[in-house]
Amino acid sequence: MHGRIHPCLTISLAAALLAGCASDSSDGTDNKVTLSIGVFGVFGYKQAGLYDEYEKLNPHVKIKENSTERNEDYYPALLQHLSAGSGLDDIQAVEVSNINELATIQAAKFVDMAKAEGVEESSYLPWKWEQAKAEDGRVIGVGTDIGPMGVCYRKDLFAKAGLPTERAEVGTMWRGDWEKYVDAGETYMKNAPKGTSFMDGAAGLYNGSISSYAEKNYNADGELIYRKSKAVKASWELAMRAIEGKMTARLKQFDTAWDQAYANGTFATVVCPSWMLGYIKEKSGKKGENQWDVAPAPKPANWGGSFLTVPESGKNKDEAVKLAAWLTAPRQQAKLFSAQASFPSSAAALELPEVKGAKHGYFGNAPIGEIFSSAAKGIPTAILGPKDQIIGQNISDVGILQVEQQGKSPEAGWKAAVKKINDAVDE
Amino acid sequence: MTSERLDTAPTAPPQGAVPLPPLRPGPAAGREQRRAARRSRRYQRDARWSPYALIAPFFVFFAAFGLFPLLYTGWASLHRVSLHTPTRMEWAGLHNYTRLLEDEFFWNALRNTFTIGLISTVPQLLMALGLAHLLNYRLHGSMFFRVAMLTPYATSVAAATLVFAMLYGRDFGMINWALGLVGIDSIDWESGTWTSQAAVSTIVIWRWTGYNALIYLAAMQAVPDDLYESAALDGASRWQQFIHVTIPSLRPTILFTVVVSTIGATQLFGEPLLFGGSQTGGASHQYQTLGLYLYEQGWFNYHLGRAAAIAWSMFLILIVIGLLYWLVARRLRKSH
Repeated sequence: MHGRIHPCLTISLAAALLAGCASDSSDGTDNKVTLSIGVFGVFGYKQAGLYDEYEKLNPHVKIKENSTERNEDYYPALLQHLSAGSGLDDIQAVEVSNINELATIQAAKFVDMAKAEGVEESSYLPWKWEQAKAEDGRVIGVGTDIGPMGVCYRKDLFAKAGLPTERAEVGTMWRGDWEKYVDAGETYMKNAPKGTSFMDGAAGLYNGSISSYAEKNYNADGELIYRKSKAVKASWELAMRAIEGKMTARLKQFDTAWDQAYANGTFATVVCPSWMLGYIKEKSGKKGENQWDVAPAPKPANWGGSFLTVPESGKNKDEAVKLAAWLTAPRQQAKLFSAQASFPSSAAALELPEVKGAKHGYFGNAPIGEIFSSAAKGIPTAILGPKDQIIGQNISDVGILQVEQQGKSPEAGWKAAVKKINDAVDE
Repeated sequence: MTSERLDTAPTAPPQGAVPLPPLRPGPAAGREQRRAARRSRRYQRDARWSPYALIAPFFVFFAAFGLFPLLYTGWASLHRVSLHTPTRMEWAGLHNYTRLLEDEFFWNALRNTFTIGLISTVPQLLMALGLAHLLNYRLHGSMFFRVAMLTPYATSVAAATLVFAMLYGRDFGMINWALGLVGIDSIDWESGTWTSQAAVSTIVIWRWTGYNALIYLAAMQAVPDDLYESAALDGASRWQQFIHVTIPSLRPTILFTVVVSTIGATQLFGEPLLFGGSQTGGASHQYQTLGLYLYEQGWFNYHLGRAAAIAWSMFLILIVIGLLYWLVARRLRKSH
C-alpha cells in the first residue's frame, strides 16, 4: 500500500513466488460466490476485520485475498495476467505510481467504476479521483488510501541545535516553501549535535518537493517534459543544495543503513507520509519514543496510496464492483485508518471523528488526523504519466545518489540520470 | 539395471520359465518353444525400449520447461515486445542485439560480471583445494568439518546477503567498526567500484568454497594411496605430494568445478541484487551484473525483447567460454 515497499526481503521473494502460483479456484458449492482480491504488501482489510464483516452482511459471498509482498513483483505479474486475460483476481489493487500507466494503455480491460453502483464520485478527494481517469473519461479504479506528507522531526536534536521544538512553531518555520526547510537545515548544521545530520537523504527532499507540484514529468498534453520541467529543476536544485551543505546523512531510503540510522537517531528530520509513521515507530523503537514529533510539510504533497480495480474479464464482476465500492466507502476507510493507519482517500471519511481527532502517542500525541487531513485537502491534482515511477526512481537512485554518495558533480549526476531514463523509456 | 545386461538375458530363459520337457517331443513341446521364443522377443523389445520410457519424463519436462523457454526467449529477442502486452510482438530482426552492442550499460554489466566472476572464482577454488587437502588428512571430527563446510552452501542467498550487507554497512557495519579500532577511516563499501565488487565476491566465495572443497575431497579420496606412499618413499614432502600427485590426479575435477563456477558467475544475480537492495546495482551501476541488468530491463523498464536478447547473449557467451575450456582441456591432455 505504500509508495515503495522496499527490499527488506528475506522471505518476501519466496512469498511472492508462492502468491503468484496460488490458484484461484472458485468453489461452486452451495451457491456461494468466491471473490478473490489481489493485493501487495499489507492492505489491512483482513486485519481490520472488513472481510468478515462483509461476509456477514452478504452471506452468499466468500472473500479470498491473494497477497504479494512487493509491488515490484505484483505489478509485472498483473500486467502479464491482463494481457493473457487469465489468472486475474476479481478485484486487483493498483499502486498510484502504476495507475496512470494502466489508464493509458489498458483502460478497456477494467470496469468503469464511475458508472458502478454504490460508487459516488463526491465521496472521494477530487485529485485522487482524477488519477484513475482514462482519456475517454472512464475511471478504472476507486481510491483506497493516500499518503499526505508531513515532516517528522526529532525534538531532542532540534533543541540541541537551537531550533524550535513545538510542532506549530516548527511548521510555521518552513511553511509555504521547501526552500525554507533547507534554510532550517542550514541553521541546524551550524549547531548540529555531533554525528547527526538534518535529514536522512536528499532523495526524500526531492520526492517531497516534486510531489507538491501539479506538473512534474509530463505536461497536460501527455508530453514528456521532465528535462525542462520547473518542478524537476527546482526540486533537483534543492536536493543539490542540501548535499552541498552537507546536511544529509547520505542514506538511501528503505536500506538497512536507513533503518539502523533510525535506531541510532543520526538524522533530525525525514519527509514522512502518513503511512511512514508506523515504520518510524518500529525502527526507532523505545529509544525514540517521545523524541519524534510530526509537523506539517512546507507544502501539501502526496506519496503513495492505492486503488481497487475490477478487471472486465472477471466472472463475478457485479459482485466484485459491489465489494470494491463497499471496501472504499467512507465508513470502511475510517475503520481501516483506526486499525491500520492507512489514511483515507475519501473526503467524507476525513470528517469522521475517529479520523479527524486521531492522535499518535509515539509522536508526542501529535494530532495526525488534523495535520494529514489538512494536507490531503491541499494536495494538487497532479498530472501523471506512464513513466513517472521510472523517471523518479532513476533521478533518485542514480542521479542524486551519484552526487550524494559518490561525490560526483551535480552536472555529472544529472547527465547519468537522463541517460538512464532515456534508455528506460526508449521503446 | 542396465540395458546391456538385459540384452544378454534372452539366451538363458528368464527365471520362472518352464524347462522344456526333452523326453516327449510333440506339439505341446513345439507350442512351449514358440511361446518361449515369443516371450523372449517381447522381453527383448521391452529391454530395448523401456529405458527410454523411464527417462522420458525428464525429457518431456526438459522440453516444456527448458527447451521451450529457451527457444521462446530466442524468438522474443527478435521482436519489440513489452511486458505491458507480452502477446503483441513486433518483428525487429536483430535490432535488440545491435542495440546491445552500443549499450554502455550492457558493456558495463558484462565487465562487472567478468571482474566479479574472476575475483570470486579464483580465490574460491584455490581455497577449496587447500581446505580439501587439509580435510583429507586423518583428523578427529572430520565428519563435523565436512558438514560445517556445507552449511554456507545450504544457507539461502537472501539470508546470507542480509548479514553481509550489515557487515559492510558504511555507518554501523562491523567491518568499518573493526577498521576504526586500528585507526583506519571507515570505507563506503557500496559506493566504490572495487570495494563493492569485492564485497559481492566475498558473499559468493563464502557460499561456494565449502561446496567445491567437498567435491575436491571426494576426488582426492579416489587417488590411490600407493601413489602417495611411493612419493613419500622418494622423499617428497606433503607440499610436493600435493603439487605432484594430488593436483594432476584432480585435473578433470578441477576442470569440472571451473566450468560450473563459470556458469554460476555468469548468471550471478541474487548476491548483487540483495547487497544493494535494488536492481540498479549501485548508483553508477558499479556492481550491476548481466543478470541484474536483464532483470532491470525486463521487470523494471518492461522491455521484454531487450531482456531476452541479453539472456541469449549470456547463453552465447557461455558457449564461447565452454569452447575455450574444451580447447584448453584438449591441449592439456595432449601435452600430458
